[in-house]
Amino acid sequence: MNKLPYDIKKAWLQILELVLSMSKLFLLGAVMFLMYLLAGNSISSWWTLETVPVVSSTNSPIRGASWDPAAEVKNGIHTPTGLVYAEGFEWVRATCTACHSAKLVTQNRATRAGWLEMIRWMQASQGLWDLGDKEKPILDYLAKHYAPEDIGRRAALPVTEIEWYILDLD
Amino acid sequence: MAKTASSSSSSLSQVPRRTFLGRTSRVALGSLLGSKVVFAKYLPPGLALLGLDNDQASLPGKHPELTILNDRPVNAETPAHLLDDQLTPADKLFVRNNGIPPQQKNIDPATWTLSLSGEGISKTISFTLPELQAQFEHHSYQLTLECGGNGRKEFNPPAKGNQWSTGAIGCPLWTGVRLRDVLAAAGLRSKAVYVGYYGRDTHLSGDPAKVVISRGVPIAKALEDQSLIAWAMNGEPLPWLNGYPLRLVFGGYPASCSGKWLSKIVVRDRVHDGPKMGGQSYRVPCKPVAPGTKVPDEEMCIIEEMPIKSLITFPKTGATIRLDQELPIRGHAWVGQGAVHKVSYSIDFGASWQECSLEDAVNPYAWQHFSARIRFPEKGYYEVWVKATDTNGIAQPMLLPGWNPRGYLNNACHRIAIRIA
Repeated sequence: MNKLPYDIKKAWLQILELVLSMSKLFLLGAVMFLMYLLAGNSISSWWTLETVPVVSSTNSPIRGASWDPAAEVKNGIHTPTGLVYAEGFEWVRATCTACHSAKLVTQNRATRAGWLEMIRWMQASQGLWDLGDKEKPILDYLAKHYAPEDIGRRAALPVTEIEWYILDLD
Repeated sequence: MAKTASSSSSSLSQVPRRTFLGRTSRVALGSLLGSKVVFAKYLPPGLALLGLDNDQASLPGKHPELTILNDRPVNAETPAHLLDDQLTPADKLFVRNNGIPPQQKNIDPATWTLSLSGEGISKTISFTLPELQAQFEHHSYQLTLECGGNGRKEFNPPAKGNQWSTGAIGCPLWTGVRLRDVLAAAGLRSKAVYVGYYGRDTHLSGDPAKVVISRGVPIAKALEDQSLIAWAMNGEPLPWLNGYPLRLVFGGYPASCSGKWLSKIVVRDRVHDGPKMGGQSYRVPCKPVAPGTKVPDEEMCIIEEMPIKSLITFPKTGATIRLDQELPIRGHAWVGQGAVHKVSYSIDFGASWQECSLEDAVNPYAWQHFSARIRFPEKGYYEVWVKATDTNGIAQPMLLPGWNPRGYLNNACHRIAIRIA
C-alpha cells in the first residue's frame, strides 16, 4: 500500500490544479486592483468619455457638463459656447463648431447677406458641406443675433467698460 | 545645437492646457449632436471640438492675460499695456494661426528639414535645421511683426475674421540665417519673382491634403538683409505657437507672409499662388471704395508694406491721477518702410498736438520708442491720442482709414482714457 491508487492521485492533482488556477485569478485581480489605484482616473474615463461631453484639462481630468444645453444658459447665453441660446442655436452649434471655435461666430457681426457670403466662402475653400434645409434656420439665427451695429466712422472709447484705477506716480 | 536641444526640451515640457477625447468619442459626439463631423478621423489632438471652448486657461508658452479671440484655430492678442517692453518677450507675442500647429512631441529640431524648389532656382535642395545653422552665417534683428488684420474690430460695416483690436503686434529679437544666403546656395535665377512658403500646420477641416496657408513676398523683399529664416526668438527656440522650430520673418510686411513651422520654400517665376494669396485674403481694393462696397477679386491688390502706426503701452487705459501730477506716457511707433519721423500726442481730441521724444530704431524694421510727460489743465475726463508721422510726412489718421472688405490696415491713432481727480 505504498502506492496511492491511480484515481486518488488523479483527484489530488485535479484539486491542486484548481487551487493553482484560483490563485492565478486572485493574482490577476490584485494586479488589476493595483492598476486601478495607479491610473483609476484614466481607466474610469474609458467608459465615461463616451457619454459625458467634456473637454478635459490637465488639472481636472473630467469636467462635467450636461447634455441638456438649456441647463447651461445664463442671461440668454449658452455659457460653454458663448452663443445666444435661441431658435436655431443647435444647428449653429453643431455645424459651425465642427471645424472652428464658436468664438469665431460670436466675435463677428454681419447682415444676412454677409453671413451667407461667409458660408459660401467656407463651402468654396474651407471644406464646409452643403447645409441643405438647415441653411435657412442657421442664417435666420445669425442674421438676427449677430447683426451689425452702425458705429459710424469710428466708435467712441467704450467709457462704461473702462476699468478705472488710481495710477501710483509717487 | 546642444543649446537648442536643451532649451527646446524645456519648452516641450510645458504641458498643453487640454487633453483630448479619443477619435471614437469625437465621432460619437458628432452624431449625438445630429451633425456629421467632417473628416472626424483626421481630427488632430491638440484642440477642443464642438465649441466646448469657454476654457480661458492660458495658451502653452503664452502670458495668461493674452486675450484669446479664437481657440480653434488659436488666435490671441496682447493687451496694449502688456506690450510695454522695448523687446517683446516671447510669451507676450500675439498668436495668429490659420490651422492647427504640428504636435509638439512630433517636432524634432535635429531632423527638421527645409527644402527649396521652384522655377526661380537652378536646383532643388534641402537642409536639416542643424545644416542650416552650420552652413550659413547667423544674424539677429529686432523685427516688428504685425498681423494685416490688426485693428479689424473697428471697421464699419464689420469685416469677417478674427476681431483684433490693437494687440496683433510685437517686436522681439529674431535669430536665423538670411533667406538671401540660402537662395544663393540654391542657385537663384534672374527670372525669380516671388518666394512662397509651406509649413507643417494642418487644415482645420482635418483634411491632410489641404494646405492651410501658403503666402510669401516679392523677391526684392526676400533679398533684404533683415529677411530671415529664423529658429530663435530672444535667444530661445521659437515658441511652439509662433512656428517652432523654424519660420520666416519679414519685418514690415503683414505677418502672414512670415510662414511658420517652415518646411518648404518655393521660388516662383510669377506671383506665388498658394492658398490665401488670391481672392480677398490679405488684399485691399486697388482703388479706394466706399464703406460696404462689394469688390470683385480682380480689383483686389496684395498688401505689401504695413502702414505707419503707434501704440501707447503706458499707462494702461483708465488711469486716474491728481491735477498736480504729471502723467508719463510711453509706447512704440513703427512703419513698414522707412522710419518714423515724429510722434505727437493730443489731450483735446486732436485739436492741438504736442511732440513726444522719439528714439531711433535699433535696426531697420524695429519699432521706435516714444515718451512724453503730460500736464492737464483741469479736473475731468480726457483721452490721450497718439499719432506717428513717417519721414515722408505720412501720418496716422484719427478716424478709420480706407474701408476694405476684409478689414486690413487699420492704423487709426491709439487712444487711452485718463481721469484727473
